[in-house]
Amino acid sequence: MEGYIHSVETYGTLDGPGIRYIVFMQGCALRCKFCHNPDTWRLNAGKKQTVHELVEDILKYKNFIKSGGMTLSGGEPLMQADFAAELFKECRKHGIHTAVDTSGAIPLSACRHAIDEVDLVLLDIKSIDTNKAKSLTGLGNENALKLLDYLEESKKEVWIRHVVVPGITENYEDIEKMAEYLSKYSVISRVDILPFHKMGEYKWEELNLKYELSDVQPPKKESILKIKDIIRKYNLNAV
Amino acid sequence: MQKNFNKGKWNSTIDVRDFIQKNYTPYDGDSSFLAEPTKKTSALWAKVKEFMKQERDKGGVLDIDSHTISTIVSHKPGYIDKANEEIVGLQTDEPLKRAIMPFGGIRMVKASLKAYNREMDSGVENVFKYRKTHNDGVFDAYTDEMKRARHTGIITGLPDAYGRGRIIGDYRRVPLYGVDFLINQKKEALKNYVLDIMNSPAIRQREEISEQIKALHELKEMAASYGFDISKPAYDTKEAIQWLYFAYLAAVKEQNGAAMSLGRVSTFLDIYAKRDLEEGKYTESEIQEFVDHFVMKLRMVRFLRTPAYDELFSGDPTWVTEALAGIGVDGRHMVTKMTYRFMHTLTNLGPAPEPNMTVLWSPRLPETFKQFCARLSIKTSSIQYENDDLMRQEFGDDYGIACCVSAMRIGKQMQFFGARANLGKALLYAINGGKDEISGEQVSPVFAPITSEYLDYDEVMERFNTITDWLSKLYINTLNIIHYMHDKYCYERIEMALHDEEILRTSACGIAGLSVVVDSLSAIKYAKVKPIRNENGLVVDYEIEGEFPMFGNNDDRVDSIAVDLVKNFMNKLSKHKTYRNSKPTMSILTITSNVVYGKKTGSTPDGRKKGEPFAPGANPMHKRDTKGCVASMASVAKLPYEYSEDGISYTFSIVPAALGKTESERYANLIALMDGYFNEGGHHINVNVLDKAVLLDAMDHPEKYPQLTIRVSGYAVNFIKLTREQQLDVISRTFHERF
Repeated sequence: MEGYIHSVETYGTLDGPGIRYIVFMQGCALRCKFCHNPDTWRLNAGKKQTVHELVEDILKYKNFIKSGGMTLSGGEPLMQADFAAELFKECRKHGIHTAVDTSGAIPLSACRHAIDEVDLVLLDIKSIDTNKAKSLTGLGNENALKLLDYLEESKKEVWIRHVVVPGITENYEDIEKMAEYLSKYSVISRVDILPFHKMGEYKWEELNLKYELSDVQPPKKESILKIKDIIRKYNLNAV
Repeated sequence: MQKNFNKGKWNSTIDVRDFIQKNYTPYDGDSSFLAEPTKKTSALWAKVKEFMKQERDKGGVLDIDSHTISTIVSHKPGYIDKANEEIVGLQTDEPLKRAIMPFGGIRMVKASLKAYNREMDSGVENVFKYRKTHNDGVFDAYTDEMKRARHTGIITGLPDAYGRGRIIGDYRRVPLYGVDFLINQKKEALKNYVLDIMNSPAIRQREEISEQIKALHELKEMAASYGFDISKPAYDTKEAIQWLYFAYLAAVKEQNGAAMSLGRVSTFLDIYAKRDLEEGKYTESEIQEFVDHFVMKLRMVRFLRTPAYDELFSGDPTWVTEALAGIGVDGRHMVTKMTYRFMHTLTNLGPAPEPNMTVLWSPRLPETFKQFCARLSIKTSSIQYENDDLMRQEFGDDYGIACCVSAMRIGKQMQFFGARANLGKALLYAINGGKDEISGEQVSPVFAPITSEYLDYDEVMERFNTITDWLSKLYINTLNIIHYMHDKYCYERIEMALHDEEILRTSACGIAGLSVVVDSLSAIKYAKVKPIRNENGLVVDYEIEGEFPMFGNNDDRVDSIAVDLVKNFMNKLSKHKTYRNSKPTMSILTITSNVVYGKKTGSTPDGRKKGEPFAPGANPMHKRDTKGCVASMASVAKLPYEYSEDGISYTFSIVPAALGKTESERYANLIALMDGYFNEGGHHINVNVLDKAVLLDAMDHPEKYPQLTIRVSGYAVNFIKLTREQQLDVISRTFHERF
């Protein structure tokens, strides 16, 4: 089984517990305005690699990722769901913890088999308001919320991720709504609040794409603290 | 001999290890027992900081006693603030005043004095009209070829004009046995060292033991001038620290060595402290006070050095290396409360480069201690870590680290420090038929240069083999001369008095430019490299067509080149006859000299341009390790320690946020990184956890950062004491910041 891979990073500490080997996959269904990896949008690009080759490379790092694991990121890794399912299965055989970093945009029917194989889902909720999600990413949040229901049903651990973009998602009312909504799910063990940053802006230029958020500044520290406090009110572990 | 200690072999013969093993208690608890600085400590440290500030304001040297040749007993007692000082003793009669130690080389002293606008004392100068120095001796014996190799910089940093250092006296013997017992043992040894044939080795041995005995008498005399009788063993913790410090102080009064390491004293001292605590003799606060005052003294060790030396080994380092923790051969870990107390000085007194805190790491160390280390590393960037599981096999459980990465059994082993050969330059010589790529001078014997349009891997390797045959032989022969003369004219009397008579000596060679050579060979092998020749046919630059794998990405295609390079050069060194039958060893360590080596080396086939710095130690070249720091570590960990037993240095810098989001995640991830690296067989790692912005700000506003400490290859420095060039080098180096 082959997949289109953008690159790998042997050291990640923010995409799942412990030290992670991170595989960035090609292809994405969304076009988020704040995307820092627009170079992964195209599906049939990057390097073709087999699951076997990848697992062999991951195993080279077993001493480092013993208490961490492997995270499949992108792009939207569930665009290549067959590949993802196979990779998770192989990693599990070798005792390696797996995580998938997804926007939940892919319909469950197309990616359920991959989800069933993974240990942890990092689910990006772009906005609790589906219209805002649509204007920010090109797609509403329905699929993501359906995925969350399925994860609750199948008792699969979830970390919610939410990017705070001033002027768009730095909206305390929406945050409150989101927190209230999420508090009903027992599988959510953590809510990662990610302040918007512009480290990927140069990639947009390289790709001759127009970056709409040039004038947006990263959110203030105090604002991030306030957002975490709001979320914590709902007994969620905001980090 | 002493009350309430378990008896053993150590009672009848000198065996400090036996004393430690029979008496120490591993500590598994956390750091909550640690005491804050006392009033006395705060007052004293404030004074020391003020002296240090004045020193910086005066351009790096506070004062020099240019009239007195430094010996163990040359100076009157000196104090910082007698009323507050629990542990006493200074190198000269005043804090931070530097002494002259001319036996390594009077020229070096002259140059240093000149650099600080001081006159050479006529009386001192007169002495050296009649008395030769180590430096004189070396240059009397050097061949033309050696001088050429030294001048072009294919062999650099040689201790031929200054003290070689890298010898660790077993300073613990003084508190444990008292000086009289040590003198008697040496007298006995001298009496018995009568051989049938009195040849030069036998004569040298007898003369050296006699010198050692004299030095021990001087040690007693020096301590007496401070009001202490150290002829008998130390009675309690305070005395043990004081006795031990006097022994170390004697060494740094006598030798301006390149590295003057302390050894492995904390677990030894804990035995006294534990007993005194139990007996109610001292409180935890008092014991921490002794340690703080002792460490303050270690932070104040100073040598007079030239600006040229500083360019090579920047930041005024003394390498007072203290090896901490580790695991005993019986399986018990050697973390004690005293290990914590030593490291706690980084909190009580703030971060500092000295003493060079070196944790002998094993994944089997207690978790609480690992957490403590991670916390301090993140807070201070002042700690280095070395693989105890790797070293214990070769050196047992009572070894120390000389300088940065050189393990040696304490009191039973010493090394002949050999700085390093520039393998980057050697590769260029291989291409240019032994001519220097910068001066055009023929340095090695003539052989055919490479004349093809593109470099051919096999051809280059064949020539490289020829040049390294020549280089390894020349290198060992050069070291033989240096150490013959050092023993003769600048013998380390007191340090060797604190060794056994029969010891293992190593000839510690080193290499610089590992990643430059490896990437160059990879480029030649996997891409196309076109040499650019000047009008004289000398290759001065290279054009690379295509891509090639680079060291630092855990790619065996290139990492195997690195492994072979290390093995081959070590094998070549092993073939040559060494002075005093020492065992040749090798290190991959540059300290801060990677900048100077780069400056002296032309463009290399990996795309590095003439004059650009090498990577430090065994590090991958700047910004070429693109797969993340774990891949980089995995590449370095492949370098075979058994072929580089004098140490393999790796410097790791990471921004705090890249270690994880929360504090506890950061600790856990740093621990996982180190466990992973050492499980893979990595030997050494410097850990810096810093934001680049802090360093940039410190360059512009040094006054805001008097104690900003960073780890460079093998040691720590005050960042603001580095030359500007080195500061820029540190900043340009790979900072792992992806997150």
